[in-house]
Amino acid sequence: MHELGLTQSILEIALDNAAKNEAGRVLKVKVVAGDLTGVIDESLRFYFDYLARGTAVEGAELTIDHPPAIVKCASCGVESRVAAGQVFACPRCDALTVELLSGREFYVDSIEIE
Amino acid sequence: MQDVLAANENMAEENAKLFGDKRVLVVNLMASPGAGKTSFILRSIAALRDDYSIAVIEGDLASKVDAEKIKAHGIPSIQINTGGGCHLEASMIRQAAGHLDLDEVDFLIIENVGNLVCPADFTLGESVRVLILSVPEGDDKPLKYPFIFKGSDVLIVNKVDMLELTDFNMERLEDVVLSLNPDVKIVPLSCRTGDGFDEWISWIKERLEVIVRRS
Ligand SMILES: Nc1nc2c(ncn2[C@@H]2O[C@H](COP(=O)(O)OP(=O)(O)OP(=O)(O)O)[C@@H](O)[C@H]2O)c(=O)[nH]1
Ligand SMILES: [Mg+2]
Ligand SMILES: [Zn+2]
Repeated sequence: MHELGLTQSILEIALDNAAKNEAGRVLKVKVVAGDLTGVIDESLRFYFDYLARGTAVEGAELTIDHPPAIVKCASCGVESRVAAGQVFACPRCDALTVELLSGREFYVDSIEIE
Repeated sequence: MQDVLAANENMAEENAKLFGDKRVLVVNLMASPGAGKTSFILRSIAALRDDYSIAVIEGDLASKVDAEKIKAHGIPSIQINTGGGCHLEASMIRQAAGHLDLDEVDFLIIENVGNLVCPADFTLGESVRVLILSVPEGDDKPLKYPFIFKGSDVLIVNKVDMLELTDFNMERLEDVVLSLNPDVKIVPLSCRTGDGFDEWISWIKERLEVIVRRS
């Protein structure tokens, strides 16, 4: 997967915000990555620590939240949770016409600076 | 709250504006390794080259084999090696486009890296997203990789000359794909025999005419 590039983007967002707020250091970065993004935490953490060296983000704590994948069925209207890797269909009636309500979001939710 | 993929989205928008200004129709061609992307490009070139000027950007993990194949036909072709990267990004397209004379190009085809997962997340500034699924891969792929099927404008089902050798069920495939993505245009064809190719050519010609004739 492409965690290196993604981690670079996360770091840029954190550094950008730190600079805008004239912060000396970033203490915490909170990332939200839906279950279906396929993001691998270990590799995100590995690159994060590696790329942060020598920057204002060095030593910051990285938290990664994984909101579940929720689909809404277009035929029966029921909202249900589907696991990553599971067939993308309504678990109740098997319809494939489902709307994805969450699970693909991927953003930096907040950062803590000092 | 800042989207992690926003940087790519912004660059893709700039690309789309550049291509719009230069009146270039851009296809982002996605598929698994070996599904027939390069064969599909070569056949499209043969059918369209008399009427439109064509250029190709080839994305690959390594090597420039595909770009050389295109160049051998006298078509400008830029190779991007992602160096192990699993998809093309908008910034790479920006750079590659700098090596093309876009004023002289009507139709730009981008062969993405062979992968059904990552290219779904990275738009490039394209006008049309074309996905190729080949018969030997099986008709269950849309269930396993729903996002790339949801995000495509055209689905080419390639290698239909091999249908008899497999248990691939075209009806089942169409059912699943259309329920995931009701607006997608599905074209079964063979890059080997040329069967079905005309339907794709007339579909894309309609779009090319709009761009080329607009002034
Ligand atoms: N039988 C059959 N073989 C095909 C067809 N289209 C392509 N092939 C063969 O499939 C193989 C792969 O085709 P390519 O066009 O190189 O596929 P690609 O997607 O560009 O492959 P990569 O760039 O390596 O990912 C080649 O041996 C082609 O000759 C087809 O319609 N029928
Ligand atoms: Mg190829
Ligand atoms: Zn249902």
